[in-house]
Amino acid sequence: MKKLAIGLYAAVTAGLMVWGYYQAIYVAPNDAMQGEIFRIIYYHVPSFATAFTFFSISFLGSIGYLSFRRSRPEWAQMADAWALAGAEVGVVFCSVGLTTGPLWARRAWGIWWTWDARLTTTLVLWLIYVSYLLLRRFSAGPQMQTLAAVLGIFGALDVPIVYMANRWWRTQHPAPVFGGGEGSGMDPSMVGALLWNMLAWFAWGALILVLRYNVERKQQKIDEAEATAALNA
Amino acid sequence: MTRALWTHLVKDLRIEWRSLDAIISMLFFSGLVVVLFSIAFDPRGAFSQQIAGGVLCVATMFASVSALNQAWAREIRHQVMDAQRMAPAPGAELLLAKVIVNFLFVSIVQVALAPFFFIFYNLHIAGQAWLLLLVLPLGTWALVSNGVFFAALAMSSRNRELLLSLILFPIFIPALLAMVQATGAIFTGESDPMLWIKLLLGYDIIFTTVSLLLFDVVFHAE
Repeated sequence: MKKLAIGLYAAVTAGLMVWGYYQAIYVAPNDAMQGEIFRIIYYHVPSFATAFTFFSISFLGSIGYLSFRRSRPEWAQMADAWALAGAEVGVVFCSVGLTTGPLWARRAWGIWWTWDARLTTTLVLWLIYVSYLLLRRFSAGPQMQTLAAVLGIFGALDVPIVYMANRWWRTQHPAPVFGGGEGSGMDPSMVGALLWNMLAWFAWGALILVLRYNVERKQQKIDEAEATAALNA
Repeated sequence: MTRALWTHLVKDLRIEWRSLDAIISMLFFSGLVVVLFSIAFDPRGAFSQQIAGGVLCVATMFASVSALNQAWAREIRHQVMDAQRMAPAPGAELLLAKVIVNFLFVSIVQVALAPFFFIFYNLHIAGQAWLLLLVLPLGTWALVSNGVFFAALAMSSRNRELLLSLILFPIFIPALLAMVQATGAIFTGESDPMLWIKLLLGYDIIFTTVSLLLFDVVFHAE
């Protein structure tokens, strides 16, 4: 039953992604200023939206692990699995965003990269979560989960500070497209394509996230069984 | 200041005084970084004023990692760490003592390095020089308080010396940026460093508080 549900969900997700692609490439009109290259926004923005959501899940998972590790070990293990899955899948989506960004910038700005507020913040965020994954890889045993949770909290605290630091420094990234000042906003003919892609990529990310979570839970149970077997032997 | 903090402080200072390992290695290493940068970037004229702040901060950062790696490694021998864990004193005091000690070491290195730095880069300070007395300690504190905390966090892992740099540097980036911008502003005298000093102060307060709160979790993690 569970497998069937996941299979159905995966099929719907695949359908959504095909539909999103069709909307982005064929339905949405060219941008008046940028031409074809602006279509990358349909992949760039959803990737980052998904990545930031998953990093938040990772942050919550870290807090959850530290809160429950003494009182409810089972919940703590679940929280830890969410923290890991969120960080891992978030890094993948963040990498997609960090790749599509320079592709667009090369055409629109004439340069691949600039050390601007949002670009730097995102890169630092990416670095922090990669270091989080490295910590999980290099440390072993049960204390690793605690240490990773602490680092997860430190990393999340760092992000707003990096953002403020960079805002005072220099900024070149386009002002927020939505809810910004004058001249912001998208033509209604483009919004549909963006929302479809947002939904499709989010559904796809959630699928991977849940699969990764399940794998980690299984791994935890195997480790636990092995530890118990070793104790009884 | 409580007695536990004082005891840790005196003990670490005494150990360092007997060997001077940390200070000598840091001093030589940061001196090397300064020389290497001046070879790599050929600092002359106005250009040297612009990059000097960054070189000073990065040299401090790299050098302090060698001391930070030693900060807890000393406690591993003879199971001193386990004894510390069993001691009834709160872990936060141990952390604070180590942060203060390493802060002193790095500051000593900065003071000793300063004359060479001025000579190699032909510096003259165009802005308000006394502000450096605010910027450098604040930046060093940001580096050391996070560094000692992460050294404790990385201690139980494989290749812990590498891991410390890997997790410390990304978190330290905003403080590094503020430190570089503030020292740059003071050296060139072209802009006002106050905003960056406030940022450093905020960073120090936030991360020192969180470190002190979470240290027992890391210290007793098993």
